[in-house]
Amino acid sequence: MQITLEHTNASHISRELVRARKASGSPAMDMVLTLIVVCDDSTVADALHAATTLSKEHPARIIGVILGKATGAPDLHAKIRVGSETSGESILLRLSGRLVKHAESAVLPLLLPDSPVVVWWPGQAPANPSGDAMGALASRRLTDAEAASQPVRHLRTVARHYAPGDTDLSWTRLTPWRALLAAALDQVGSPVTGGLIVAGSGNPAGVLLESWLEDRLGVHIRWRRVDSTRIEQVVLETADGDVTISRGQHGAATFSVPGSGERSVPLPTRSLAELLAEDLRRLDADAIYAATIRHMLREDS
Amino acid sequence: MTTNPLRDPQDRRLPQIAGPCSMVIFGITGDLARRKLIPAIYDLANRGLLPPGFALVGFARADFRSQTFDQLAKAAAKAGARTDWRDSVWRQLAAGMKFVGGSFDDDDAWDRLRSTLADLDAKQGTRGNHAFYLSIPPGLFPTVVDRLRRSGLATADVDPTYPHAWRRVVIEKPFGHDLESARRLNQIVAEVFPSESVFRIDHYLGKETVQNILAFRFANQLFEPVWNSNYVDHVQITMAEDIGIGTRAGYYDGIGAARDVIQNHLMQLMALVAMEEPISFDATSLRIEKQKILANARPPARLDLHTARAQYTEGWAGGVPVGGYLDEDGIPADSLTETFAAIRVDIGTRRWAGVPFYLRVGKRLGRRVTEVAVVFKRAPHLPFSSDDVEELGENALVLRIQPDEGVTLRFGAKVPGTVMEIRDVNMDFAYGGTFVENSPEAYERLILDVLLGDPPLFPQHEEVELSWQILDPVIEHWARQKTIDTYPAGTWGPESADAMMARDGRRWRRP
Repeated sequence: MQITLEHTNASHISRELVRARKASGSPAMDMVLTLIVVCDDSTVADALHAATTLSKEHPARIIGVILGKATGAPDLHAKIRVGSETSGESILLRLSGRLVKHAESAVLPLLLPDSPVVVWWPGQAPANPSGDAMGALASRRLTDAEAASQPVRHLRTVARHYAPGDTDLSWTRLTPWRALLAAALDQVGSPVTGGLIVAGSGNPAGVLLESWLEDRLGVHIRWRRVDSTRIEQVVLETADGDVTISRGQHGAATFSVPGSGERSVPLPTRSLAELLAEDLRRLDADAIYAATIRHMLREDS
Repeated sequence: MTTNPLRDPQDRRLPQIAGPCSMVIFGITGDLARRKLIPAIYDLANRGLLPPGFALVGFARADFRSQTFDQLAKAAAKAGARTDWRDSVWRQLAAGMKFVGGSFDDDDAWDRLRSTLADLDAKQGTRGNHAFYLSIPPGLFPTVVDRLRRSGLATADVDPTYPHAWRRVVIEKPFGHDLESARRLNQIVAEVFPSESVFRIDHYLGKETVQNILAFRFANQLFEPVWNSNYVDHVQITMAEDIGIGTRAGYYDGIGAARDVIQNHLMQLMALVAMEEPISFDATSLRIEKQKILANARPPARLDLHTARAQYTEGWAGGVPVGGYLDEDGIPADSLTETFAAIRVDIGTRRWAGVPFYLRVGKRLGRRVTEVAVVFKRAPHLPFSSDDVEELGENALVLRIQPDEGVTLRFGAKVPGTVMEIRDVNMDFAYGGTFVENSPEAYERLILDVLLGDPPLFPQHEEVELSWQILDPVIEHWARQKTIDTYPAGTWGPESADAMMARDGRRWRRP
């Protein structure tokens, strides 16, 4: 069921939400979190699609916030969707005028009681996510460096303002690589003496991988730049031989560890919804991410 | 081996991937393997939880080449997979798949199995780690287990190339058909495999469910204070199936509902609901608490009054006309095997004295459901007139196990209006949305646990034997009867089951 409200306010929206929920037989009262998606007209469609797919795994109240022009009289339009297809509720707010500077005031009354709040910027995120008025509503803040015009630079900026609860989606994208590398070292007895990442320059996931490996292994990781937007290969050197993982075709990778032949393993590219689902599985601070960006910033200075 | 510097307990994004190994499935062409095991292995691969270089070896009497085996496995995986189908994942899995054909007592076949595994150790990198899944009728267990021993496959220390290699064996219920046979079966297995290498699985009761019950009971302050005979009137544990015996006639007839389900599944549920808080959640502490309950549980003193058994007869089930049990293919016309069984069990502990546990199980019942209903005593005093509370039942807390796992709380509420009228209402929680989409299916968890060597939450032989001790007198009592009650298919069981509850002044919940 879908309801459109023009020139409205938060209490009116809350009232309509209750009405809509009753009308559709109180579905999904077991919503577990509120997900605020701060976006603009160019990112809203993809972002909300991912968020609603996600609510199959984490029934959520999804609040899409489109920030319009910040000048002129304040105005708020809302579109409410309850029940059909999604297992949670979604509210799309379109803010304009001076309200844009106080967007959190429209969102605060709509948060689910008690349960965690997550804010996600699918596009350009603020430099200081936890200092941002919207970010301050949340205990978990998701940025996406790859959506920024200068990804690595943005990643560093956000990292400098790190507060527990922040993570970047490029870290989430890295999980399959990290899983394979950890699985490889499960099978290798001798310590890693060095390593190499083959990736395109300006790849934030690559930068994080380098920092993570250096931080965990205590060795220097070299970087070979190639013309690619992704990580293509990772090599870890040990006394027994090299661990090599290379991205192949069709969501596969070749995997070789000392002492066994080359094997093919899955390394699928995951959808935005799958990435978000991974992030929302744990709503506490990610200590390993924190250690990784700390290492990254230390290396810079 | 040193610890892996890339792993950290705080790093909860990294999945636990099993080490290099193979799984050998005996009876790979069987129903269970095709419907559950192969799809579960595909799903694990698709989630990236299988080790690089995982190998799957099928062993069965069927005669096909690797090529046709591949097709069969692919069709099975495609039909049963719960995750998206990815051809690339299947191709990687298929590269490590082998088939060994032959009968289980054929020396040649065992030689071929041994050389296949040796080959995989070298080429696929399984490093001497092998899990054996006995997806075969229990009658064949002794043959296969004995062959595993004689062929040297059961012990890992014969091959010095892989000093850390392991061997594990998975067996499915039923674990025997009475105490005596369960002991015998255990002896056979225990001679060959140490008890920590034996995984007895009850596929009805996934690890996920067990952990849900534990979390519900012991992570909350709200429920434990009333979880005892001061507040609880009785507990009903139900497992109802809407289907008949289908193609399982050969297995089912002579076994019956009590042996098939009560002995393992319902007794385990009872133990989990009734046990004291374990000192930790490791497998050993959990087992200790469950065993205390099973050791203190007694069958009813009057077996004629507090048990019921019956067979389904022809009827309409869910809008479809279905035949009776005796009409099913392969069932003798004079069979006295029960398809419905209900028993009362009393647990002699301070917490549960005077609180009967009623266990019931049946096929062709009203609908498919498994649940544990904790029914509370009535409030000691009701400051309302009897008319007001006419429609107020007992408060109940229902742990729904399947199909829609969750918790229902049933309590009285005033009906809106000027008249004081109190009626039962339900408050529902479903694990549903939140976890189900991504939560691995019972078999996935199980296979992963076996490959990881996680000490199983599943029963070891002591629990199996204690459960038989409770059930044996009931089964012996039934074996002396010359007739069996009946119930029309699609209903909630025989009148004798209702009468058994009525004797105690109670009645079955309609789940």
